[in-house]
Amino acid sequence: MAWFKKTRKPIAATKEKSSRVPEGLWLKCPGCAQVIYNKDLSTNLNVCPKCVHHFRIGAAERLRTLFDAEWTEHDVDLASTDPLEFTDTKPYKARLQASRAATGLKDAIIVGTGGIEGICTVVAAMEYDFIGGSMGVVVGEKITRAIERALDLRCPLVIVCCSGGARMMEGALSLMQMAKICGALAHFDKARLPYISVLTDPTTGGVTASFAMLGDLNIAEPMALIGFAGPRVIEQTIRQKLPEGFQRSEFLLEKGMIDFIIDRREMKAAIARALRFMGARATLPAPAPASPAVEPELSHLAIESSRQ
Amino acid sequence: MNVIETLEFEGPIASLLKEIDALDLLPATDARDREVASLRRRLDSTRADLYATLTPWQRVQVARHPSRPGLEEFIRVLFSGFVELHGDRRFADDHALMTGFADYNGQPVLLVGHVKGGDTKEKIYRNFGYARPEGYRKALRAMRLAEKFGRPIIVFVDTPAAYPGIESEERGVAEAIAVNIRDMMLLDTPVIVVVSGEGGSGGALGIAVGDRVLMQEFAIYSVIPPEGCAAILWRHSNKKVEAASALKLTAPDLLKVGIIDEIIPEPVGGAHADPDTATRLVDEALQRALADVSAVDAAARLKARYDKFRNIGRLGREFVDEGNEVPSGSSLPLRDRSNAELPRRTPRTERSLKGQPPRQ
Ligand SMILES: [Zn+2]
Repeated sequence: MAWFKKTRKPIAATKEKSSRVPEGLWLKCPGCAQVIYNKDLSTNLNVCPKCVHHFRIGAAERLRTLFDAEWTEHDVDLASTDPLEFTDTKPYKARLQASRAATGLKDAIIVGTGGIEGICTVVAAMEYDFIGGSMGVVVGEKITRAIERALDLRCPLVIVCCSGGARMMEGALSLMQMAKICGALAHFDKARLPYISVLTDPTTGGVTASFAMLGDLNIAEPMALIGFAGPRVIEQTIRQKLPEGFQRSEFLLEKGMIDFIIDRREMKAAIARALRFMGARATLPAPAPASPAVEPELSHLAIESSRQ
Repeated sequence: MNVIETLEFEGPIASLLKEIDALDLLPATDARDREVASLRRRLDSTRADLYATLTPWQRVQVARHPSRPGLEEFIRVLFSGFVELHGDRRFADDHALMTGFADYNGQPVLLVGHVKGGDTKEKIYRNFGYARPEGYRKALRAMRLAEKFGRPIIVFVDTPAAYPGIESEERGVAEAIAVNIRDMMLLDTPVIVVVSGEGGSGGALGIAVGDRVLMQEFAIYSVIPPEGCAAILWRHSNKKVEAASALKLTAPDLLKVGIIDEIIPEPVGGAHADPDTATRLVDEALQRALADVSAVDAAARLKARYDKFRNIGRLGREFVDEGNEVPSGSSLPLRDRSNAELPRRTPRTERSLKGQPPRQ
């Protein structure tokens, strides 16, 4: 077990190397090192207007980028009971409290039903700022209910993954959520209903090894970290540095693991188009015509970034 | 002659074994035999005491014991006419995950399981029980074969994890595990899973969806190895002892929350101390489980399999609905709660949100 021996920093300390948009008027893009006006970024779905770097966004923001207008949120108040009474350097209860305060959510996911270009769709979006988007019983239950709801409504399902994997603080109960969700997906698949898995930065561990890889389509944002084992665990196993771009979206595309890479600003249109291919029809009032925020030449950017 | 390796916490056992070995070398006399017999009694009671109060970390060590009977031992003792099936028909044959058919009490069954390997050479050949994607794909291919011809499947789980290496990622180990978990849920044939050693997270679950999940008394089943958990949450892998306790990875812990269906007892001192008894106890549990599951018609069996996993993590126990909550301090078990007259707040399971248009 040599690969465990190395001392590592705790999750909390390493978390904020991420590309979450910081507070303030201006910020420096980690992709191109240029200074961007914060407002320009937020009107651009948190994609750098200069280099297409995708900043991480929260679950609520994600739903806003996908739904036409209003949506109904489900199972808002499901919360963990800390079934293992887990304590490491801090009690799990305290971590839950801190995450609840920071995000306003009760766990690391939001599930809602609404229209995507008029197609009634159940969407589950994971929240990275809640204990690394990790999956415990509540996340497992809410995703399973989302699948069951979509099955009842006979409508498509979209899950936006953003997670470090199964939540250690709920032990094997977290692991078993993989089986619970995959079981529900087996029935969803048999019912011939469309399921699109959207992989965003990061998607790793037990989330990847369950619902993230089981979409009728698995699609990814550019440059997202997607893998089973974390890069550090692999480096410690093989005792060498990993090649540049390993486990990024573009690598997975090349290895045949995902269907396509798509810019966040084109995500909604791409999903709607795929859903129509899979037989979904618009049943909700057509959305108000959106302003043409995606300029025509941006279509090429997604393709270009996938070639790197 | 004692060839069994003893674990660090088995100090008292080791010294008694040494004394017995030393006496065995002396010329046989009545006095010597009496002394040996008395030492053996002490050995038994020492073992019994030690194993009655194993800590979770000690159980981890027992689960990983190099002499612990594994798939090959079970095949040798419990099954006849084993024919190994190799390869995933896609890329390669994985040596850490073995599949094949055999007779079990005269009935043809399919066997699937991890193999860690005995000596160093074999361990390397078996990749220490770390299976690669092709192992999981081979397992599913073989299980489909069993389904096609209506043969039951018996799975033995014993792996530290799926192999965390470059080629695993390149060939989609996550996808291979995910597909197995999903497809095993609907496999139309009885599936009995025995967690016999280490149930190492996704690497274990990738072959462990079944109608019955049995677990040997000192096996473990965990979302992450204690060392990995300690390294991440405590910053030090030397906190593995604390992590092993916190993770609730022992058979009794898992039985309590419905993750496993039954604990298969082990002989005093663990399966490695008495492999024959351990194997016999596995046999008994396996026969019973297979008979029970086979007696149920296919539709009911599949529904029960699904419900079993669907119900892991239960309302009122592992999670609550705070919008519809029972008074705090109440410790009624779930079954009682659902019928009890309890004050309820207005359900708030749904709410409408005004989605802001994405771009202004
Ligand atoms: Zn940039």
